[in-house]
Amino acid sequence: MKERLTVLVCGGTGCIASDSDEMLIVMQDKIKELGLDDEVRILKTGCFGFCGQGPIIKIQPDNIFYVKVKISDIDEIIEEHIIKGRIVSRLLFDDPKSHKKVKAHRHMDFYKKQFRIALRNCGTINPEDISEYIASRGYEALAISLQEYSPIDVIKIMKDSGLRGRGGGGFPTGLKWEYTYNQDVNQKYIICNADEGDPGAFMDRSILEGDPHSVLEAMAIGGYATGATRGKIYIRAEYPLAIKRLEIAIAQAREYGFLGTNIFGSGFDFDVEIRLGAGAFVCGEETALINSMTGLRGEPSKKPPFPSEAGYKNKPTSVNNVETLANIPAIILKGSDWFNTIGTPMSKGTKVFALAGKINNIGLVEVPMGTTLREIIYEIGGGIIGGKKFKAVQTGGPSGGVITEQHLDTPIDYESLKAIGSMMGSGGMIVLDEDDDMVEISKFYLDFTQEESCGKCTPCRIGTKRMHEILERLTNMEGTPEDLDILEDLANNIKYTSLCGLGQSAPNPVLSTLEYFREEYEAYAYRTKKTAYTIIDDKCIGCTKCARVCPVDCITGKVKQVHIIDEAACIACGACYDACPVNAIEKP
Amino acid sequence: MSNVNLNISELDQSLLVKLDQYIASLEDPNNSLINVLHKAQQIFGYIPHNLQLYISRKVGVSAARVNGVVSFYSYFTEKKTGKNVVSVCMGTACYVKGAGDILKELLKQLNVEKNDVSEDTLFTVKDVRCIGACGLAPVVTVGEKVYGHVTKDMVKDIINTYKERG
Repeated sequence: MKERLTVLVCGGTGCIASDSDEMLIVMQDKIKELGLDDEVRILKTGCFGFCGQGPIIKIQPDNIFYVKVKISDIDEIIEEHIIKGRIVSRLLFDDPKSHKKVKAHRHMDFYKKQFRIALRNCGTINPEDISEYIASRGYEALAISLQEYSPIDVIKIMKDSGLRGRGGGGFPTGLKWEYTYNQDVNQKYIICNADEGDPGAFMDRSILEGDPHSVLEAMAIGGYATGATRGKIYIRAEYPLAIKRLEIAIAQAREYGFLGTNIFGSGFDFDVEIRLGAGAFVCGEETALINSMTGLRGEPSKKPPFPSEAGYKNKPTSVNNVETLANIPAIILKGSDWFNTIGTPMSKGTKVFALAGKINNIGLVEVPMGTTLREIIYEIGGGIIGGKKFKAVQTGGPSGGVITEQHLDTPIDYESLKAIGSMMGSGGMIVLDEDDDMVEISKFYLDFTQEESCGKCTPCRIGTKRMHEILERLTNMEGTPEDLDILEDLANNIKYTSLCGLGQSAPNPVLSTLEYFREEYEAYAYRTKKTAYTIIDDKCIGCTKCARVCPVDCITGKVKQVHIIDEAACIACGACYDACPVNAIEKP
Repeated sequence: MSNVNLNISELDQSLLVKLDQYIASLEDPNNSLINVLHKAQQIFGYIPHNLQLYISRKVGVSAARVNGVVSFYSYFTEKKTGKNVVSVCMGTACYVKGAGDILKELLKQLNVEKNDVSEDTLFTVKDVRCIGACGLAPVVTVGEKVYGHVTKDMVKDIINTYKERG
């Protein structure tokens, strides 16, 4: 390539929402207008992961990482950086700790501790161009598998690597493939589970948007290993960009002969088809997913038989998650011994987490298993917004629980999270600060699961509804101390008697917050919970700001005198809290 | 139920032709009911009872099954929606950053109930499951357009943008 500079514009959902698509066009037009189009190449890439700082533009080989770029900044980037070679420092990342500008992404705390396997190509290649994937050793793992390994060899590599399912369960991938392989049936299937339903997790979306070919390649390898000639991707309809990128990738892979008949002259046939979900959380459960794919309601079935024996159309089927698949080509290329050295004794490799909530650096992070929460939250995540106090981290979404201060130094892997009452889940991490009310958070999750319950089994259908009603009663200050016992009893019953994973794990958010934050439940149950805002006398400077914004006029006081809130009239809207310049108002 | 309209002849014929073409292009329409319903909703905007009956006859499954599937999945709607569907993301990241207040503000300013059509037929407000743009929380989408870091103050501007377009 003759180009002097390459400009990478993030084309992930987050950045596109802030007009990165339009920026790309404006930039291309300007560069053309200036006659620089043979010197400067402008590319749309997948997600860089640092979504809280979007839209992101990276310039290579200078290795400059611009954040929060606006369309109005494009002229300056072109005139200063591209033409004159001067960095536009006001668009550089402002480190929340040192308050210094950082030029290169590898010097940012957010990226320093990351180790990227599944996200290796996200943000570095153009996901809509297969040749860029090939240039980064794309489809080489498929070629090696087909030409040098037998299906049993591939399964052995997977088993030796220790790779486990990244969708939540953590089942060993090699074993899953082996079970499917062992079935002596002609037609088999491999399904990519891209029904990322956990609210707050978006790694699968980013992988599909940023590196769709790695998933297709892994499916073909899995097809070869298990004996499946048909692959299906079950994807949420809520991810239109990922669907579009997948469609482009499938068409290109067919054109290049990486999908279709007689791949690499090996005699192996494999093709992939997309199936859309329609907004049902339970469809992330593999048997429900398979039912949904055949055009039925997404209700789970009893296991056994497992999908590896009787899955899609009653044929042996291996269901693998997006992030799991994205790891596979790298494992084939670098070997199981390499993968084995990363992580903890029971959990090998890396895990992608979606950091969100009350944290400074929001985005996707991929770290080796065994990294501690403290490292993720305080080093990579840059700590809590506004210097507030950390309260808990919620992992595993509606199926998981909270991790509190005391467990911040636990090395994260499948077993350790389970031991402290949470779970890995798909990797969503919602950081909560001192302002968050744990009972409200549990109610939020219960509201989600009781609505998403498919209704097939009674404990989940009725039980979650009753639990939600109790939480509703408590937060309305209409509960009693006995409610807590009923809640706990009900939660345990649902956990042990529900049919599928959704129901069995639905009580987890309540059980885990009851364990670590019981006093918050008790404050509601004994009705000792404060519901009004109050003013701290010795902090109030009498500026009158709070009284002016109060929508119900319940704050009284004269200029330069301490103000008072009428607690009976306060509606707890928080307007005064936001208006106060000296933090003299206390939340309920 | 007396208010169930099962009269297939009331459906727009030109739109049905489009749907027929799609169904004809499928390898296995019987097993692709969800894809057919997606297409139907894309063409008609919603899936009323008579359209469900039409689809059931066309792909050869019972109307009860079609209705069971339509009512199961939150993506499908049996009711007509406003010209602009305003969706407030209710994923956890958005929730802890105040998406609930944004939803209330939208409903208040448009004077509608959730999932109903506003009086000027321009808006339907819905809550949706996580759209995976957690870095932008709280998030509101209008059609395909995504608004990030939405505050109560921005609600009015967002609404006005679409009111002006009519």
